[in-house]
Amino acid sequence: MIRARKLSKRFGDKRVLEGLDLEVPRGGFVLVTGPNGSGKTTLLRLCAGLAAPTDGELEVDALRGSIGFLAHEPLVYSELTALENLDLYGRLYRLRERRERSGAMLERFGLWRVRNERVATYSRGMLQRLALCRAFLHDPDLLLLDEPFDGLDAEGAELLHAELAERSRATALVATHDPEALAARATARLALA
Amino acid sequence: MSAYAADVAALARKDILLEIRSRDTLPAMLLFVVSALTVFHFALPEDSSERAETGLLWIAIVFTALLGLTRAFAAEREHGVLDGLVLAPSDRSAIWLGKALGVTFFLVLAELVALPAFALFFHPLSWELVAAVALADLGIAAIGTLLAAMAAASRARELLLPLLFLPLVIPVVIGGVGASVAANPGSFLAFLGLYDAVFAILSWASFEYVVTE
Repeated sequence: MIRARKLSKRFGDKRVLEGLDLEVPRGGFVLVTGPNGSGKTTLLRLCAGLAAPTDGELEVDALRGSIGFLAHEPLVYSELTALENLDLYGRLYRLRERRERSGAMLERFGLWRVRNERVATYSRGMLQRLALCRAFLHDPDLLLLDEPFDGLDAEGAELLHAELAERSRATALVATHDPEALAARATARLALA
Repeated sequence: MSAYAADVAALARKDILLEIRSRDTLPAMLLFVVSALTVFHFALPEDSSERAETGLLWIAIVFTALLGLTRAFAAEREHGVLDGLVLAPSDRSAIWLGKALGVTFFLVLAELVALPAFALFFHPLSWELVAAVALADLGIAAIGTLLAAMAAASRARELLLPLLFLPLVIPVVIGGVGASVAANPGSFLAFLGLYDAVFAILSWASFEYVVTE
């Protein structure tokens, strides 16, 4: 599903990734670990097609619309409500019954009560829950998750575990500073230096 | 409605909704254009030519548009929304077209105030002037939206956008002033139409490369 050969990424003179080889089979769940600045986020952005490699080869066997991407930022409009944000994404992802689907995701992540409130009023944890709703909204086949537990309380972390358990057939590349939280699910680990 | 048109409509509608809620851009554009025309009114001598007055209107329009364009991708910069839109399977040019429609809408609203103010301060409006402004809006929105997206990715975006935008809208000012005061406005209007078509096609085709690395 993801195959990288001698993958490199540089920003000017700064080398972020250098000669990385990686193979993630369909259904694999790979944890990406490493210190700050080791290239975890860059690797996810490369796999999502949001950045281009400087050198090497990268094959990602997934259509653009089948990638669930969770970034450091929630990728939602702060002046829209949660429901309006998911409705917009649902339209762009051509989802049938997008309103029902948006409502179901918000309910699943405990945001139904605040669905009509502007995102600007959300706390960090609520923003992360909404970002997860957005990433999972279109039932993606490939999950690219950057620090998925960031900002979540214990209940939010439980909800995320339950969601990932339901999506066990999806291929996943998860960057994390807390690999133990997902150790039971991982099929492989990639440590970046 | 086709899926592409529905995407464009949803994105443009979203921009208008964001502006209704935040009131960040349009009030600033209105205040700027009225203030600029007021300053020009007092700065020009009483016996100034129509050509000079019309030229100042075009300066006010171009800088009002620039003010709106600096804010065009502000909502997308916050929380990294542009990445989310780029990842969606819809055609990426729909992002440009939706944004350009929003920019045009705000520019037209600003001009609905600016043109009567110009008529009040200087001289009556001609149909050629109004037609030229309408055509100019399309070209300004087309190229301005593309450049605003390029500038949004840069740290020096406030500096970069005017440097890119102003040289490229010189033809709009030439066409607009020409259509307003020349004996043959038709050829200047046709020139503005051609500018719109060329830059709309260029921007539509190149937007995907601007928003991806």
